[in-house]
Amino acid sequence: MSRSSSSDPLRPGDHIDAPEPAPRSGSGPQLGVVGWLRFLWRQLTSMRTAIVLLLLLAVGAIPGSLVPQRSSDPNGVIQVRADNPDLVWLYDALSLHDVYASPWFSAIYVLLFTSLVGCVIPRLAHHWKAMRARPPRTPARLSRLVGFQTVSGDASDLDRADRLLRRLGYRTHRYGDSISAERGYLRETGNLLFHIALLAMILVVGLGSGFGYNGQRLIVEGRSFANTLSSYDTFDSGQWFDEASLAPFSVQLDELDVVYETENPNAIGAPLDFTAHVTVNEDGVSREAQIKVNEPLNVDGADLYLVSNGYAPRISVRDAEGTVVYDEYTPFLAQDDLMTSLGVMKLPGGLEEQLGLRGFFYPTAAELDTGALASAYPDLANPVLSLQAFTGDLGLDAGVPRSVYALETDEMTQIAGGDSGTEALMLAPGQTVEIPGGLGTITFEDVQRYGVIDVHVDHTQTAVFWIAMTILVSLLGSLLIPRRRMWVKAADGRLELAGLARGEDPTLERAVDDLAKRLGGETAERSGRPATPRATSDRESRIDP
Amino acid sequence: MTPAELDSFSLLLVYSAMAVYTLAFVAYAVDVARRSAAKPVPAEVRELVGSGAPARAAEPDASVLAPAAGGRGARIGFTLTVLAWALHVGGAVLRGLSAGRVPWSNMYEFALTGIAVIVGVFVLSRLWKDLNFLGVFFTGLATVFLGVATVNYYVAPTPLPPALQSYWLVIHVFVATLATGFLGLGTGLSVLQLIKEKRDNGFLRSLPSPVQLEDLAYRVGVIGFIFWTFTLIAGAIWAEHAWGRYWGWDTKEVWTFVIWVVYAGYIHARATRGWRGSRSAWLQIIGFAAIIFNFTIVNQFFAGLHAYSGL
Ligand code: HEM
Repeated sequence: MSRSSSSDPLRPGDHIDAPEPAPRSGSGPQLGVVGWLRFLWRQLTSMRTAIVLLLLLAVGAIPGSLVPQRSSDPNGVIQVRADNPDLVWLYDALSLHDVYASPWFSAIYVLLFTSLVGCVIPRLAHHWKAMRARPPRTPARLSRLVGFQTVSGDASDLDRADRLLRRLGYRTHRYGDSISAERGYLRETGNLLFHIALLAMILVVGLGSGFGYNGQRLIVEGRSFANTLSSYDTFDSGQWFDEASLAPFSVQLDELDVVYETENPNAIGAPLDFTAHVTVNEDGVSREAQIKVNEPLNVDGADLYLVSNGYAPRISVRDAEGTVVYDEYTPFLAQDDLMTSLGVMKLPGGLEEQLGLRGFFYPTAAELDTGALASAYPDLANPVLSLQAFTGDLGLDAGVPRSVYALETDEMTQIAGGDSGTEALMLAPGQTVEIPGGLGTITFEDVQRYGVIDVHVDHTQTAVFWIAMTILVSLLGSLLIPRRRMWVKAADGRLELAGLARGEDPTLERAVDDLAKRLGGETAERSGRPATPRATSDRESRIDP
Repeated sequence: MTPAELDSFSLLLVYSAMAVYTLAFVAYAVDVARRSAAKPVPAEVRELVGSGAPARAAEPDASVLAPAAGGRGARIGFTLTVLAWALHVGGAVLRGLSAGRVPWSNMYEFALTGIAVIVGVFVLSRLWKDLNFLGVFFTGLATVFLGVATVNYYVAPTPLPPALQSYWLVIHVFVATLATGFLGLGTGLSVLQLIKEKRDNGFLRSLPSPVQLEDLAYRVGVIGFIFWTFTLIAGAIWAEHAWGRYWGWDTKEVWTFVIWVVYAGYIHARATRGWRGSRSAWLQIIGFAAIIFNFTIVNQFFAGLHAYSGL
């Protein structure tokens, strides 16, 4: 670009508005080490590299949506690995279950952000100076520029033109009988701010999240839990998390209200509302509060979310003598929208043999044509518990951790349900049945709901929010503010006007016309040539494929 | 009227809209065919390239866009498009009334409202520029997509699940469809740009030059990109409210990010020597293809928290 000046933004060498690189002399360049480093750095900070890295980033993000990720779908990970045992090595070699923390994905974005820093810093320094530089000299012939026209007036009108241009947001400078004006510095400011904010985003998210934690706890109505490490079912924390930073509070789930649709025939049983009524105890002070989906509760810097819910039937077991050996609420996991729920109970001691129970809970049991039970409605209209019973070795002593939601029946004998020859044990609340084999009795005492509460502390939230706002606003400035030059020149007893776009500027010609009108003189014929503004100013540097 | 009646009335309007879109498509197509057969209009598309003129090029003036406005066929096409659009918007509004909430909370409704917004962007762009030469593209798109939506995605209206009961549903999803509308318009222009670069006969002669098409595509695309950026941020804020984290690489989040990055690549490409022109046009098209993929395939077949297809 022949006309680039010190007030133009500094661009990477292959930017469309950057000066055309000087043609290389015939023989290959003789580069020393420094020369090579400079060459590599220039490559890394070129526009081309930024595009390629951006596209790599986009492509690299895709596998994470195809393969389950540890961070977002741990159960999916387990499933996939169980289904494809021969591919597990590949998943691991390529970190396919941790794409966004994988070496190759990190490499892409680290390169991208190195490129960004390398690109932004020189521009920042340059822009700092450019903001103070005066607009460049008025070209000798305005008639070749966009929107060229003349209006009546002479050199005595230049002061007025100067004031007018300033009022329109131009920076102006007088060169003899002409005014050179430039505006739109904010475009580059916005662009730089935008890229810096991207960098800030990465840093804040990367570092800040190291201090937070995320714990999950299932609580049955009427029960409470304290915010301590040991009371969480699952707990994830950043690498700099300190256990002492857990705020000392406790939460009791008083009641979980669930409202289901009852009228719309297309949606009978669809959930309409989940509300957890809780009592929070902070520093010895209790208060009542509620948690809803989309409405987390803030307790002492931690956010509490209601993530799911279900039924916890209370089952008691008595031995042959009638002594209570087991009496607990067991959370059952919902298997479908109608809350058919699956649960497991293990009694390693108390009875003559170890006892395992596995079965379904139907909040509203209905018989299918096949005779099997199913839940017909998610609320408690006709609760029924159907249990299979197993005796033998529960496998709890082997020292292998066992999921509380799974029953290993390999070493056990089924004594009720399935192929055991005995019907599954069917219970409504309050009912008691005999355990086959005279082991004792089982009673379905009652059923409560449980809620799963996520406790989340993330110190980056506020910063991330403001950075995101900066990104949005600077992007608006950078994409929508036109950057342009404008000249008013007294010549031949008239005022000549013309403009020059610096970057995308579809409204340049209108702006020149508008200035002409404001200057108020009677407008002369426009120069004969059609001079519609190009959206960009780069025609010479365009490389047609 | 009961909700069910409102919904069947809504469907009736949607079917009528489809019929009228089809008629509009035919009118536009006839117009294109007619102009392909007609004597070429001598288009004054000369560019002063490399003349040493500083930073400017003479372009055909606005009159070049005029023949693109087309003849009677295009005028009929546009009128029919507006009529179809009115029916379509009516259908979406009735659907919302029937469900008692905004009509965008399952696949059918996303599609119904989304296509209305896309066509709306096209219809309203008329206030800015005559882009009637995109009529075939938009009416074709609307007919096919509405067909897919009513046949494959339709579900009777159901109340909002608790996860969607948030004003963010109104903002986030609507801005996303708005972004899609603008990016769709930009993509239409980019496609024409590529075609026009390859050949320039018949109907294509009456179109603006590839450079003009590219500039228009970019200006529309930039608006779409701004809306998409907003969508991404609003989505993160909502995720923070609903799920306790602003970003978790859920499948839908991944794809929103991928689309955003592709468009950032497009904007860079527009500003890069050797990439401006057809290469950057391809990026715009790829970005839009990713949007459609995100809406159809990802919504329906990828596991994730955003399980709101209603199917
Ligand atoms: C994290 C990666 C990046 C993203 C998401 C990104 C995004 C964007 C976006 C959206 C724009 C258009 C809006 C604006 O002008 O501010 C832009 C412009 C620009 N970016 Fe980046 N960018 C990235 C990295 C880079 C890098 C590494 C460079 C250095 C080569 C760079 C150089 C530029 C330049 C020079 C412009 C102005 C383009 C113009 O003149 O229109 N960007 N970037």
